[in-house]
Amino acid sequence: MKGKEVFFQGNEACAEGALYAGCRFFGGYPITPSTEIAEILSNRLPKIGGAFIQMEDEIAAMASIIGASLVGKKSLTATSGPGMSLKLENLGFACITEVPCVIVNVMRGGPSTGLPTGPGQSDVMQAKWGTHGDHPAVVLAPASVQEIFNETVRAFNLAERLRTPVILLTDEIIGHMREKIVIPEEGVLEIWDRSRPDCSPEEFLPYDTSKGIVPPMADFGSGYRHHVTGLNHDASGFPTNKPSLVQPEEERLMAKVTENLDIIEKYEHLKKDGAKVGIVAYGSSARSAKAAIKQAEEEGIPVDFVRPITLWPYPTEPTLEMAGKVDVIIVPEMNLGQMIDEVQRCILGKARVIGVNRVDGDPITPENILEKIREVV
Amino acid sequence: MAFNYDKYMRPGKLPHIWCPGCAHGIVMKSIIRALDRVGLDKDRTVIVSGIGCASRMPGYVDFNTLHTTHGRSLAFATGVKMADPSLNVICVAGDGDSLAIGGNHFIHACRRNIDITMIVFNNNIYGMTGGQFSPTTPHGKLASTTPYGNPDYAFDVAELSMGAGATYVSRGTVYHAIPLERQIADGITHKGFSVIDALCTCPTTYGRRNKLGSPIDMILWFKDNTVGLKAAQKLSPEELEGKILTGVFRNDIKPEYCEEYQKIIEMAQGAVAGG
Repeated sequence: MKGKEVFFQGNEACAEGALYAGCRFFGGYPITPSTEIAEILSNRLPKIGGAFIQMEDEIAAMASIIGASLVGKKSLTATSGPGMSLKLENLGFACITEVPCVIVNVMRGGPSTGLPTGPGQSDVMQAKWGTHGDHPAVVLAPASVQEIFNETVRAFNLAERLRTPVILLTDEIIGHMREKIVIPEEGVLEIWDRSRPDCSPEEFLPYDTSKGIVPPMADFGSGYRHHVTGLNHDASGFPTNKPSLVQPEEERLMAKVTENLDIIEKYEHLKKDGAKVGIVAYGSSARSAKAAIKQAEEEGIPVDFVRPITLWPYPTEPTLEMAGKVDVIIVPEMNLGQMIDEVQRCILGKARVIGVNRVDGDPITPENILEKIREVV
Repeated sequence: MAFNYDKYMRPGKLPHIWCPGCAHGIVMKSIIRALDRVGLDKDRTVIVSGIGCASRMPGYVDFNTLHTTHGRSLAFATGVKMADPSLNVICVAGDGDSLAIGGNHFIHACRRNIDITMIVFNNNIYGMTGGQFSPTTPHGKLASTTPYGNPDYAFDVAELSMGAGATYVSRGTVYHAIPLERQIADGITHKGFSVIDALCTCPTTYGRRNKLGSPIDMILWFKDNTVGLKAAQKLSPEELEGKILTGVFRNDIKPEYCEEYQKIIEMAQGAVAGG
């Protein structure tokens, strides 16, 4: 990849990726371990004519980025678990009103205040189900500093292309870890912008799906006056409670994801000859899993590996394929067993699934996983 | 000649959801006349609301309109305004929406002095949910959740706004619709954060329970129980007992938030140019 080599922290890579993607508005609230993203953007955004605002709370931060996006600015907020809990209210608003935006959750440990400076992966189900009501969920889970950069860019692209909020789930380990990465030159990575209406303002309907499942979006202030509401609405954007309109619109929100899996799904699938053990891991736990797989191979134990990069929608296909081959699937995660349920769901009972779980504030080590591999072989 | 409201109304969106006798329509009409008086470009104006009876108002008027989550109108509006400071941004909200669940956003918008006009449709009650007490329900009054009388004491919206730093603060009533219109117009032209405490009435869920008479009686009550700020200067504390003060409480010039941020942009870009 052509570009500039830098030695970056994960949170720095996230801020840089956002700028690369065209982010011009950040609304935030201080919270460990995500704060570096806000700090960097408070410095960088005004330099390029963008805007940074530190809001009075996490709820307001989430609201502000939706407001800015409605004016046409690509917008970002960053937080951690306790803040994410507060953002969920307006996350649902962005889902039903179809406002593109990106939310970063640098996961830390524990429920409530928990372990503010320790890593965790306990918000993976919250990311999918957290806000109330049925809603689409697009959640990306990078596992390295370079991947944080690239996936931040992709998060903006998906948000714009699908008109939906996208969550980037990192954790305290990769958020604060430093690695050498390449910041690609402008134009190396593709950048998508939301489609805007090509009809006249008089003909404009804010949720017009005649040209596709994702309706074109007009900026507030551009002459296309329209109404945006968190109530169920029809193509005109105005509230409706007509059953014949509500159900298809809710189904369309979900179909924006299910019908675009080709651009959303992303995973790593490593296959070894004769493997009878497989691992499914994501984020920083996947790094320990990879190290464990290497050590196991040295001990003569081949291990297959699936790493969802897009965590939601979950990559069913490679997981099911792996389950058809191996006897046991190990799911290491820094929680007490969350994605393991999703793995169970996809494999139709074709393999035994066991977890390696830590919530003590220390990362899952390669040894923790290797021990389990040895145990099951 | 009668004012032509049609120019600002979205065709086909009436009847509104408000109950017969509700005074929200008087505030809406005052806002429309104020917008006309100021001559705002409909394309360049965004009206933002939260949840509740008052927050349904933007749906009826022909602007860029944003009906958000409960209490959050100012937080969304702040994002809109910061993203494009050349837009005219107006928030409409009820008393519960703006001062209880939205209280934090309210005081911080005041503090920032961001150029947004906040019109509080203050009818002392949560109407849409059926008459629960709000932060402006007077002490002792009945609500569906204060069956023994309200133990809380009410916010004074004007005092709260001034204490928090709003630079234009006024109070009007639906009886005094023309002064209310003027205050709203002045609030919109004011550069900075403006709060208009628009006293209105909810006969259905507040008036009936508290035996306040007909919808008209409730509006007439404002005539007898409010005193303009200037008139109040000539009255003794005894004469002012129980009266509500109306008028313009504050109209100050102070640095506006987006203008301050523009200075930051210039500073940051200057720093780039200077290496």
